[in-house]
Amino acid sequence: MTARIVLENLKHKPMRSLLSILLVGVPVTLILCLVGLSHGMIEDTQRRTRAIGADVIVRPEASNMLSANGSMPEAVAGALVKLPHVRMAVGVLNVLVDGVFMGAAGIDMVQFERMSGPFRFLQGGPFEGPNDRRDVMVDEDFADERHIQMGDSITLLNRKWRVCGIFEGGKLAKVVLPLKVLQDLSVNTNKVTQIYLKLDDPANTQAVIDYMQRDPTWQDYKTYSMKQFMDLFTIENIKPLKEFVWVIVTIGVVIGFAVTCLSMYMAVLQRTREIGILKSLGGSNAFILRIILAEAFIMGVGGTALGIVMSFGAWWLIKTLLPASIPMTIVPIWWFYALGITLVGTLLGALYPGLTAARHDPIEALAYE
Amino acid sequence: MNNGHMIEIRDLHKVYRLGKVDVPALRGVDLSVPPGEFLAIAGPSGSGKSTLFHIIGGLTPPSSGTVRVSGQELADMTDAGRTNLRKRTVAFVFQKFNLLPNLTARDNIAVARYLAGMSSQPTPEFEEILRLLGIANRLDQKPSTLSGGEQQRVAIARALVSHPAILLADEPTGNLDTENSKAVLEILRDLNERLGQTILMITHNPEAAAYGHRTVLMRDGKIVEGM
Repeated sequence: MTARIVLENLKHKPMRSLLSILLVGVPVTLILCLVGLSHGMIEDTQRRTRAIGADVIVRPEASNMLSANGSMPEAVAGALVKLPHVRMAVGVLNVLVDGVFMGAAGIDMVQFERMSGPFRFLQGGPFEGPNDRRDVMVDEDFADERHIQMGDSITLLNRKWRVCGIFEGGKLAKVVLPLKVLQDLSVNTNKVTQIYLKLDDPANTQAVIDYMQRDPTWQDYKTYSMKQFMDLFTIENIKPLKEFVWVIVTIGVVIGFAVTCLSMYMAVLQRTREIGILKSLGGSNAFILRIILAEAFIMGVGGTALGIVMSFGAWWLIKTLLPASIPMTIVPIWWFYALGITLVGTLLGALYPGLTAARHDPIEALAYE
Repeated sequence: MNNGHMIEIRDLHKVYRLGKVDVPALRGVDLSVPPGEFLAIAGPSGSGKSTLFHIIGGLTPPSSGTVRVSGQELADMTDAGRTNLRKRTVAFVFQKFNLLPNLTARDNIAVARYLAGMSSQPTPEFEEILRLLGIANRLDQKPSTLSGGEQQRVAIARALVSHPAILLADEPTGNLDTENSKAVLEILRDLNERLGQTILMITHNPEAAAYGHRTVLMRDGKIVEGM
């Protein structure tokens, strides 16, 4: 019977109910989009790193998860390749570029393709040589987002480039330039951001890392297996992101609380007489409170469902309009977290109006016009 | 003090506090109602009729005096105790019908049955009451689509669904035309005669009061006639 009363109450003022559900749904969408973006960026980075095909990554000591603060001499690769079990050492320079997630990568095309395998071109092909200062390779997401075809001119790093090739996405970076050219343009002459090692056998990965950590020459460098490196890319390891997620979650709870509190408070005012009627029929304070909380519960569940639907809308929009800039994914486990967050907000928000309703004097409530 | 009475009231006082002023609403009411009586309570506005109903119905506690309803002393009763009294022992019929506007007539009745802790299936006696009230074919309508007379019949059905010991009708014909008023009063008398339902009815109308077995008159918070 409680369910019937709650349902009829929601149906009685459909606009109020729908607006409340919409307002509860908005922070759910925000939370899911933010989490989707975080996971999308991490998964995209992991996928591109994995596709490089290296076994070990060597980075400068001052580097952190998000960027390599500082760079290494390119010549380090020449020393690394002489270590036991190391078959190849390939340096890559990463440079931030406005509006491009993960920035641009500078590579020695011949060496990189030897380690990683050839790029798969959907249009065109690689730049003409290591000193080609005219051409740039972009991946399909970047090309889709900017509606670029092979041969088109684009502006990057404050100069014009010709797109010589569009390659299949999911490898290294969205924009790839010759290493020497990028070094010159970013004033990193003969420097690389990180060096990838290809071993004679992946089973020797830990042995190589152990060796480098023991050898005083290499102790100052950060050395990871590719798996270790990719495992570092989690929200928990990126402190600002983790804190940002918590801020958004808190905002979600507060908005859910405020919307429900306001909506249910108005509803309680409008239904004062009905509350009096229920009390005259023997409805206890707990029964009245239960009705209000049940209504808030439905608003919370409905708002979460709507928020999930809207997050799919946002995902589609981002995927369609900004596939290269914002790699967003849908994270279903967060639907349940979002439901929990929303229910905390809505039930807390309904508590005050619910208790107000439960404490109504039945005679005054019955006399309410 | 029971003496087999359904309602036994002695020296009942009720004082409301409005701001810093005490306003006496009842000033020593004595009343005994035997089971099965149809009692009309008349009196001018402000004479304390509704307050007396609210106390008998457990909507508000007495300030002093003793009030025994169906063997239960109300003076010592907690809020939860009075809620329980309203579930099964007393039921109200109001001048403004007071049906829940969002629910159908059937659901209005079902709410009362649910709150009384009864099964969802109506008893044969209640089916008989529905037949008597003549609203069986209007049960799926919401109050806004029912006439005043039909709404009051639904309100009576809702009040009786939990088989209360006492029916408190507060100006049940106050919002009805002559024809519907007569029909509702006849229903109340019929219920009293057929089922032995104890009924207390507030009314301003002497013709309506005449349907009762006896009439008591209240003035200035006291019963002044027909004790």
